[in-house]
Amino acid sequence: MNFTPPAIDYFALSPMIVIFAAAIVSVLVEAFAPRTIRRFLQLLIVFGALLTSAVLIVLNAGTRTVTGGGAVVIDGPALVMMGTIVVLSILGAALMAERSIDPVGDSFAARASSLPGSEDERQLTQRGYLQTEIWPLTLFAVLGMLLFVTANNLLLMFVALEIISLPLYLMTGMARRRRLLSQEASLKYFLLGVFASAFYLYGAALVYGYSGSIFFPEIAQSLTSKPSESIVVFIGMGMLIIGPLFKIGAVPFHQWVPDVYQGAPTAVVGFMAATVKVAAFGALLRILYVAFGGVRWDWDPLIWIVAVASMILGSIVALLQTDIKRLLGYSWIAQAGFILVGLAAASPAGLESTMFYVIAYGFATVGTFAVISMVRDANGEATNLAAWAGIGRKSPLVASALSLFLLGLAGIPLTSGFVSKFAVFVAAIEAGATWLVIIGVIASLIAAFFYVRIVVIMFFAEPTEQTASVVVPSAFTTISLSAGVAVTLILGIFPQPVLDMLSNAGLFLR
Amino acid sequence: MTEILPAEGVFSLLWVLIALPAAGALILLLGGRRTNTWGPYLGILTVVGSAVIAVLMLLAMMAEPAEQRTVIQNVYDWVFVGSFQVSFALQLDQLSIVFVLLITLVGALIFIYSLGYMAHDPDRRKFFAYLNLFVAAMLLLVLANNYLLLYVGWEGVGLASYLLIGFWQRKPTAAAAAKKAFVINRVGDVGLSVAIMLIFVTFGSVTFQDVFGQVGEANEGTLTAIGLLLLLAAAGKSAQFPLQAWLLDAMEGPTPVSALIHAATMVTAGVYLIARSNAIYNAATWAATAVVVVGLITIFMGAIIGSAKDDIKKSLAGSTMSQIGYMVFAAGLGPIGYVFAIFHLLTHGVFKAGLFLGAGSVMHGMNDGVNMRRYGALKGVMVITFITFMAGYLAIIGIPPFSGFWSKDEIIHAAFERNSIIGAAAILAAGITGFYMTRMVAMTFFGKKRWEDDVHPHESPKVMTIPLIILAIGSTFMGMALLFWGNIEYWLEPVVGYESVPTPLPTWVYIVVTLVVVIIGAIIGWVTYARKDVPIEAPRGNLLTRAARQDLYGDAINDVLVVEPTYKSAHALTTFDNKAVDGFVTWTASFVGDLSKRLRRSQTGFARSYALSMVGGAIILLVALILVRLS
Repeated sequence: MNFTPPAIDYFALSPMIVIFAAAIVSVLVEAFAPRTIRRFLQLLIVFGALLTSAVLIVLNAGTRTVTGGGAVVIDGPALVMMGTIVVLSILGAALMAERSIDPVGDSFAARASSLPGSEDERQLTQRGYLQTEIWPLTLFAVLGMLLFVTANNLLLMFVALEIISLPLYLMTGMARRRRLLSQEASLKYFLLGVFASAFYLYGAALVYGYSGSIFFPEIAQSLTSKPSESIVVFIGMGMLIIGPLFKIGAVPFHQWVPDVYQGAPTAVVGFMAATVKVAAFGALLRILYVAFGGVRWDWDPLIWIVAVASMILGSIVALLQTDIKRLLGYSWIAQAGFILVGLAAASPAGLESTMFYVIAYGFATVGTFAVISMVRDANGEATNLAAWAGIGRKSPLVASALSLFLLGLAGIPLTSGFVSKFAVFVAAIEAGATWLVIIGVIASLIAAFFYVRIVVIMFFAEPTEQTASVVVPSAFTTISLSAGVAVTLILGIFPQPVLDMLSNAGLFLR
Repeated sequence: MTEILPAEGVFSLLWVLIALPAAGALILLLGGRRTNTWGPYLGILTVVGSAVIAVLMLLAMMAEPAEQRTVIQNVYDWVFVGSFQVSFALQLDQLSIVFVLLITLVGALIFIYSLGYMAHDPDRRKFFAYLNLFVAAMLLLVLANNYLLLYVGWEGVGLASYLLIGFWQRKPTAAAAAKKAFVINRVGDVGLSVAIMLIFVTFGSVTFQDVFGQVGEANEGTLTAIGLLLLLAAAGKSAQFPLQAWLLDAMEGPTPVSALIHAATMVTAGVYLIARSNAIYNAATWAATAVVVVGLITIFMGAIIGSAKDDIKKSLAGSTMSQIGYMVFAAGLGPIGYVFAIFHLLTHGVFKAGLFLGAGSVMHGMNDGVNMRRYGALKGVMVITFITFMAGYLAIIGIPPFSGFWSKDEIIHAAFERNSIIGAAAILAAGITGFYMTRMVAMTFFGKKRWEDDVHPHESPKVMTIPLIILAIGSTFMGMALLFWGNIEYWLEPVVGYESVPTPLPTWVYIVVTLVVVIIGAIIGWVTYARKDVPIEAPRGNLLTRAARQDLYGDAINDVLVVEPTYKSAHALTTFDNKAVDGFVTWTASFVGDLSKRLRRSQTGFARSYALSMVGGAIILLVALILVRLS
């Protein structure tokens, strides 16, 4: 047998290699390092690897190459997505590293494997065990996301999807408090996630069967060379994108979102909500723009339906939520719809605006969950909105920061959310989907109501006995929070440099 | 033809003129209480600095030939959108320099005076900050080289005026007066903003140069509309009929504010606007006539109100209205009047500032009492205040050689060049001026003591009297200096134009007649208020007096014509909003809320039903895909 190993551009892949190596070392540390220095070593590894990876991504600026035997593509949009994922991961990891908020220590279960309510668990909690298993999982998830946005064929993309998913299922079940809720969410996420992956795999098989290739550029070629062939490939495409659509929480693949948002540890939600959305949109963009870019008119209606359903259902159901994490889960669904409006444009403007949106959204989301993790009462985090009444009077600074994020998510001018909504809507109008934008604007109106309702509850309601208090966090959460505020404001007031950077990033390498 | 020169040498400091007081305002406002001790001095220093620069610029400008005295400095590109391009550019010429000098020099004196006048006020720093803000905005107004930038300054002085009228917010009257000034000024501002839009639409530019250069190409109807809109703006800012009602209430502000903003500088911005836009008025005869009519009406309204008020500041405010009426009137006469409008504006700026500060000095000694019926016989107690006040008095009624004589006489003469009837009216008004000013002087400084029991009048400290003395010197000599040494009409001619038309009678006849009428007015005033005892309780008075005490029913007319209808339509709109709009909104909200309840039921919590709906959703999407493909 004659096997030639594929040529590999190690420098282009270095951002991922660093994370992968760090993840392996992190597992070893978890296994062999003494408990006392484990946290220190893990933080060193995680932040060191993420920062190194960020630097390597910056050094790779301008790279446009396909490597690893055609499996991995590094181009402008990929680098932007990778950079965003890594930076957001740093902020998300900072939330997870926080140990000043919960009086017991951190927000993770003393041992994830112990049964909720068992004697075992009670003893572990009493002894004050703190675990660091979260860190290798985080690194593997980040690695999966980086691969997800750079994958150039169906198989690698599937592998990446699974590398993202498996750690996240586990992380979801690790909440220290309300463990049953957390584990239930984890299990649901796992079952439904596997289900979505199956759709993806089946779709991949159909597409391969039609085009004879798993590589995106070749799939695109086969679509143009034999245009009138069977509808099998379109069924395949539809099933294929269910994978990423499930990850972004678009309707009708959204049911897991509120449960996971509510059940998972808040820091993990902050990390996951910000980064997974970037990664999944990166993958979705690549599938639709690169592999199926030539048949835009065939997939556009599908995206329209999903976008409209997501915007409307997410906005309307969020109205009546009383739990802030659950509410934000529904808002996540609605936001996915808004971003899909930009994606549906299938134009360079659509690519740019979608990327801008996920960046702006990611930072506002990390900040939002930073604040939620700080608002507590005797039972841990106070996620019921009743406990938020009048918080703005007790802690005006923190409440103002949250208001800024919420106004940003609602798309009020002078925040990043306005610029991003504006950009996706403009892209959609240029692509001729004005009716979609009209629905989008109506949905934004409804969404503005529940975002502003939180602001009103915080500032204009009288504090009651139930009102929670805001805990002063350590530097970790403070940094994430401040970064969120800064980016939300800067992208709202001076979006031009970032918009320029995105348009310089160019298009996908085909 | 005037050349436009780039700002070089001392003129490169043009932006500093504005930046200095603006920086002062910023430091004082942001610095907060930390600047309480040294803040006021910093405020004075910035204005003095601007004044020094202004004087240097005047000297440099005088060294240049007449047609090379216009300097433009482009500070930065301000608005560049499509064809709408406006620079933040400053223009210094013969017209703006005299305003800059008036603002900074009189301003500096009033700042120093305020140091004493506001010595015991806990918010003295804030007062100086607002004054600095005013000076910066006013300088921007007169230095702008386009209407849009002028508008920024225009609104800036309006804001400063609002803040300073309401400076003693704890007094409900002050707060109400500030609000009134603000609201009435908005009416004028609407005129200005619409005028600017019309100018842009007509000429495609808002810079003075471009607009005045193209006046010949525009049709007269448009120009008349622009002229009338600008007149509306001027009427609001300069308290001219029919927007005069706010100025009398504005006297609620501290006296230095009344002197600087509501007598010497801001209220003359309307005159500046008309004089600056002379090219438009020269081409729009009807608009110019409207200016004359408005000016003439206000001359009489102000004079009559001034004759009846017992509050010394309100009487002076009426007089200010009347004197600005003279300026507006002169500006409406066209090229025969512009230069004298500005001339009178300058002399008035000095002597009226002196009179107001004098009144402030009297109030300072009388426990802040303003009722002239409780004054009397103060000439022996406040010697400096008395003498300086007399200089202002002789200047305003127009006795030679005091400054007001020269400027007012020129305006009357120009009126006769146009039309003998309006000339005669101007002379009659001068007579009324003689009456009410004599009444004021007699009631304040002569006659018997009518002081309240606990009042012990005394002369004011030096920090207040020295500015008074300087202003009195100005009131005495400035008219002659500007006319004979400064050749004011030829100085301003390149900017506003100047011509002289022969009058039916020789010039000296008008001068003599005017003087005789003024002296008759003064004698009537003297006989009524110095010879006879002044009752402490105001007598009922005749119909005109009672009307004048009510500001000639200005407020009542406003109430009937504007306030009531506005309230009523606001109530109607509120009802409509509550019933129709809210009804619709409530209905929509409950509809969406219902939908939310229904949709929420689909979230059962069972993984199996979630999976089922995923399958259902996937099937729908795939069917849709196939349908699209097949169609």
